[in-house]
Amino acid sequence: MNAPSPRKLRVATTSLAGCFGCHMSFLDIDEHLFELVELVEFDRSPLTDIKDVGPCDIGLIEGGVCNAENVHVLRAFRRNCKTLIALGACAVNGGLPAQRNHLPLSECMREVYQFRPGIANGQIPNDPELPLPLDKVRPVHEVVRVDYFLPGCPPSGPAIWKFLTDLISGRTPRLSGGLLHYD
Amino acid sequence: MSGKQFLLDGQPVSFEEGQSILEAARKAGHYIPSLCWHKDFPAHGSCKLCVVKAAGRHVSACATPAREGWEVESNTPEMNGERRGLLQMLFVEGNHFCPSCEKSGNCELQALGYEYEMLTPRFRHFYPERPVDASHPDILLDFNRCIFCELCVRASRDVDGKSVFALTGRGIDKHLVVNAESGRLADTDFSKDDLAAHICPVGVILHKGPGFAVPIGERSYDGASIREKKLREEEAS
Repeated sequence: MNAPSPRKLRVATTSLAGCFGCHMSFLDIDEHLFELVELVEFDRSPLTDIKDVGPCDIGLIEGGVCNAENVHVLRAFRRNCKTLIALGACAVNGGLPAQRNHLPLSECMREVYQFRPGIANGQIPNDPELPLPLDKVRPVHEVVRVDYFLPGCPPSGPAIWKFLTDLISGRTPRLSGGLLHYD
Repeated sequence: MSGKQFLLDGQPVSFEEGQSILEAARKAGHYIPSLCWHKDFPAHGSCKLCVVKAAGRHVSACATPAREGWEVESNTPEMNGERRGLLQMLFVEGNHFCPSCEKSGNCELQALGYEYEMLTPRFRHFYPERPVDASHPDILLDFNRCIFCELCVRASRDVDGKSVFALTGRGIDKHLVVNAESGRLADTDFSKDDLAAHICPVGVILHKGPGFAVPIGERSYDGASIREKKLREEEAS
């Protein structure tokens, strides 16, 4: 008798204050993508263009939290994902965007939108549709509970593949030796 | 050899009277981690990465003389877990952004993070404000990464005879300062050939110029772990 094939795991991914480099690195698992789609199906992700996250097994968060929209998306991911993973340096410790943290936000905005060379009568954007920036950029674990962390800028394709295969097959994900990098 | 021994994780380790647990262990080919310890300087005992359990008590292995018959626990899940906790605290206390640091791959703090499989700094980040000092023609000081090991302070004072650096402030306000009225490195007699210019275990004292001449991926701790490297250095000395 044929055993029913196991339900595919549902995976959502997003990039908050990130550069999509971690998503690009995710694509660097290359031909493993064929194996992966046998095991998982994608929910909200730049790969599917689904806009809202639904109930999922695994959520991958790239990037730190720099504005109000990031907070909403991150909380929605936490509500819907059984296992939430901080993917990459920015999600883990704020990364490059967090290097503005020692500057007052207003000074940053003025520098970019008013005082940058070549700008005349520049104004800080104030369209109500724009999400409000936070005074400091935060790593995701300072906003919601995070189950696993996968550091690296970006984590390499092999590191992402090792991590996901560990997780999907029920092992505690472990990165050691050459797969663990912060840079 | 006096024939005296203690047990390190169940292995007999010989030591000479007065030798620290860390020194005896490294000499015998066992790795105990450290950041503030340097073989040419007296023990400092500030980073606590070398914490071991000796005769049931937590001690700094670099500052505790070995004793005959002691049972010392070092490479155990418990002690390594505590070391990981110490590393996490060091990471959130400063601004440690490895991807944009020139020292990445040669940094002992980062290498220890790899060694103890630190995947997250876990705690809330302090994001302290620590302006850099780029005034010196040959050296850049990026205080964001300082871990207060005082190796530059000690090297500059005890070997270079210049006392260019000092720690000031207490507790959370502690920070590294430059011994000049202006506070700028350019206004001292600091030279890129000083021992203090070559002793920083992290990315505070950087030489201008080399930058990423050795690319990320081909650096000291990209190929070998800090455990392997330190033991090899010990063997060669």
